[in-house]
Amino acid sequence: MHPALFFIFGGIALAGAINLLVQRAPIYSALSLVAVMGALAVLFLLLGAEFIAFIQIIVYAGAIMVLFVFVIMLLNADVPEPTRRSKVAQAIGYPVMALLLVELAGFFAAAFGATPVRTGGYLVQVAAVGQALFHEFLLPFEVTSVLFLVGVTGAVLLAARREERHGAAPRATRVHAGVPTRAMAEALSVPPNAMGGAVIEPAPQPESEPAHARAQGDGR
Amino acid sequence: MHPNLHLWLIPFLCFLGFACNLLLGRTWSQKTAGWVGVLFPAAAFVDALWVVSQWSRITVPYLETHSPWIAAGPLTIPYGFQLDQLSLVMMLIVTGVGLLIHVYSLGYMAHEGGFYRFFAYLNMFMFFMLLLVLAGNYLLMFIGWEGVGFASYVLIGFFFRKDSASAAGMKAFITNRIGDFGFLIGLFFIFDHFHSFDYTTVFAQVRQMPVEHAWSGLLTVIGLLLFVGATGKSAQIPLYVWLPDAMEGPTPVSALIHAATMVTAGVYMVCRSAAIYDRAPLALSVVLATGALTAIFAASIGILQRDIKKVLAYSTVSQLGYMFMACGAMAYGAGIFHLMTHAFFKGLLFLGAGSVIHAMSGEQDMFRIQALAPGGLRRYVPITFWTFLIATCAISGIPGFSGFFSKDKILYEVLSGQHPNAFWWAVGTIAALMTSFYMFRALFVTFLAGPETAALSHPTGQEPRAVEAHSVDAGFTAGHAEHQAAHPPAHEAAHPHESPASMTVPLIILGILAAFGGYIGLGDRFENFLAPVFNTGVVLPTHPAASELSVSLISISVAVVGLLLAWFYYVKNRQAAENLKHSLAGLYRLVFNKYWIDELYGLVFTRPLAAFSRVVLWRIVDVGMIDGTVNGIATFARGVGSGLRRQESGNIRSYASWVGLGAVVVVLYVLVVGVR
Amino acid sequence: MIPLSYYLILSAILFCIGVAGFFFKRDIVSIFISIELMLNGVNLAFVAFSHALHSISGNLFVFFVMVVAAAEAAVGLAIIIAVVRARQTLNVDRMDLMKL
Repeated sequence: MHPALFFIFGGIALAGAINLLVQRAPIYSALSLVAVMGALAVLFLLLGAEFIAFIQIIVYAGAIMVLFVFVIMLLNADVPEPTRRSKVAQAIGYPVMALLLVELAGFFAAAFGATPVRTGGYLVQVAAVGQALFHEFLLPFEVTSVLFLVGVTGAVLLAARREERHGAAPRATRVHAGVPTRAMAEALSVPPNAMGGAVIEPAPQPESEPAHARAQGDGR
Repeated sequence: MHPNLHLWLIPFLCFLGFACNLLLGRTWSQKTAGWVGVLFPAAAFVDALWVVSQWSRITVPYLETHSPWIAAGPLTIPYGFQLDQLSLVMMLIVTGVGLLIHVYSLGYMAHEGGFYRFFAYLNMFMFFMLLLVLAGNYLLMFIGWEGVGFASYVLIGFFFRKDSASAAGMKAFITNRIGDFGFLIGLFFIFDHFHSFDYTTVFAQVRQMPVEHAWSGLLTVIGLLLFVGATGKSAQIPLYVWLPDAMEGPTPVSALIHAATMVTAGVYMVCRSAAIYDRAPLALSVVLATGALTAIFAASIGILQRDIKKVLAYSTVSQLGYMFMACGAMAYGAGIFHLMTHAFFKGLLFLGAGSVIHAMSGEQDMFRIQALAPGGLRRYVPITFWTFLIATCAISGIPGFSGFFSKDKILYEVLSGQHPNAFWWAVGTIAALMTSFYMFRALFVTFLAGPETAALSHPTGQEPRAVEAHSVDAGFTAGHAEHQAAHPPAHEAAHPHESPASMTVPLIILGILAAFGGYIGLGDRFENFLAPVFNTGVVLPTHPAASELSVSLISISVAVVGLLLAWFYYVKNRQAAENLKHSLAGLYRLVFNKYWIDELYGLVFTRPLAAFSRVVLWRIVDVGMIDGTVNGIATFARGVGSGLRRQESGNIRSYASWVGLGAVVVVLYVLVVGVR
Repeated sequence: MIPLSYYLILSAILFCIGVAGFFFKRDIVSIFISIELMLNGVNLAFVAFSHALHSISGNLFVFFVMVVAAAEAAVGLAIIIAVVRARQTLNVDRMDLMKL
């Protein structure tokens, strides 16, 4: 039973990961990642970490990935234009990945090939987790609450429109031809003029330099 | 009791004059600058006289040392001054004749620019020259030696806007430098062997050494090397070439530096080192031969020169040859005697030439002068004429005048002294004939009326003058025409006038000295006075080949023959000179062009050296290697930077790739090597 | 019997796929997603070791990883929004202002 579950859900995780890699549009990658997380939750259950499994579903897949999907929708992110700017990445990307995989997998296989995993061999109770959190791991726990506070504040500040930050009215900015659609323009509060299609190779426009110069202020 | 003579004060006074005029002269009026420029050398001369007055109270040689100059371990060199008979005589000559020429310059340089600068440099020269003659060790003398070379350079190139003048200054300095190279090596030998530069220490050790008869002993080498320096400084063969060019400088400079004092430094140095030379017969022979050859060589060139200063320049070279002949014959006293009389009459000749040039508003060509002064120049400048006549008689060896005594003595010693050589005596006598000839030629042409006295307004001259002018070869230097440009005619050339008193009084004083100065040496009194200095412990038997009287008669007859020949060719029958010139055209060209020695040096030394400098040293070494290295380092740094810059692409994926690569390596390390 | 190494190898594969995604994806959001995949792979390894070593701290560490991933996702996405607003493009190759 255990091996069957492992192979099925392991396979699903693997397939999801590979699909993540292969898909070009980010939305499909995000959804594949949700699938991976789901499969991983089952694997966690197999390993006796109930709390973690459900946390994975509720928080990770249910909140974080939803946030991802929201942002993808907000940005209306589509297939990006096919630039090939990094020769290094092209050259050593696959070899590095392969090497890393070989190193790690080789080591794991060699070192832990004999250790068996038995269902129910080690069950973690939620109460035990709670105990540990508020005893041995109290400090990190409290620090994470500060972390969240900072994160929330930062996220709000960073994502706010400039005018909202400074309290002024929204200004018109020129649009880069690479911007996909009107929805995105509205979301970014730029007037929808000169909206092109989705995948256009933008030519560098000298007129947009001032926009970039001004916009760099936004990027901070 | 031993009074303190403060010898250092004599050069120092001249140095003060130099400093004052150099630093403050620009703000003074010309009159003040002139007074300052003359006052300090006058003070030095008065001090010198005072030292003379103390002569009987001091022990000779009088040594004066001041705080150590160089104290480096075992090597200690003080500021040491020495006064003995030789340096006393030199000091008096330098300060006395120097003072007269300073006074003369007040009048001569009055209309030139840079008045204060001139006097500053002249005082600087006096300082270094006095340092040279009063020094008590070779190194201090060398300081003076170099210093007078430098003073000569700035003074020759005084009219620095004229290219020929600056070039002449450089030529003088560089040629001197070549000689100084030999001099320096000689100094190294001296120090290496005797471990001191002090005259007393060195000569005390030298006296212990025997006379060298082999072809190369230490003293011979030292003597020859020091003599190389002397050929540079005193314009002997092969390094005489700078002296004729040095006539680009103002005439007082030519008088003081290139006649009376600086060029005699070489003679002084050889005489001072008499102890060394006496023990090196080979060196003595070389000195004698060089002196004699130079004497006759330069005299032959002087016969055909047209520029009056050039005639005097070659004459100086020739007379210096006589002084070296005396040294080579171990007759150092006679050499110094001739040095003194030469200072008088050559200084007088130059000052007289300056007076002539001043009167003719810059014209230096004797034949043109003759054409420009109707009835002969002597009508207009009588004082100049008479003093010039006295000097000419002196240099030619007319009996009774000073030059006769000194030159006669030299020729006698060369023939029958301690280190005689009959061949060189003959050469010297022929040179004396030439000397008399060209000096009287100069006198007659410059001062007496020419065959045609009609033309006044054509500076290029009338028909016979034109013939002579056109027969001039291309080698004739246009230097004097430029000299004319440097002297804008303040007075018209048609009205030559006598010079002001500041110029004529020194002429008269020098005339008296040139006429009667020789009587000091009567009966060997002068040489006996100097004898203690030259008592080097080597006494060779003399070889009286003939009596002194017969030798004198030969000299006198030679001088008179020269006078008569000059009179014949240049007063009586000018056409005969022309005919002679045309019949010996080839020889004429050779001698008129100074045997093309300058061109030869240029071809053999200067141009290959300049080419080597330009091609190898400049292009290959300086630009290629040194600049290349420096620029190469910069280019390399820039190249490395620009290569490394490409890694910072700003591209996230590249960065990530590099991180991934690093991670692979680290994991590999951890897995293989392991961490504890 | 599934040996522990199977879980670990799966975790390594997920991690390496995440790394590859980081190298090869061209839009910012996909790169972010790949980062999340990497974190998940590591979570699996932690839990596996926690089970094998009978230690609860593995689970707790996963807990904190998730916390941090959440915070990181929030702030990171806010940054992405700001950058995209400035550069008007999602293409990460166009965001090279740090270029020398």
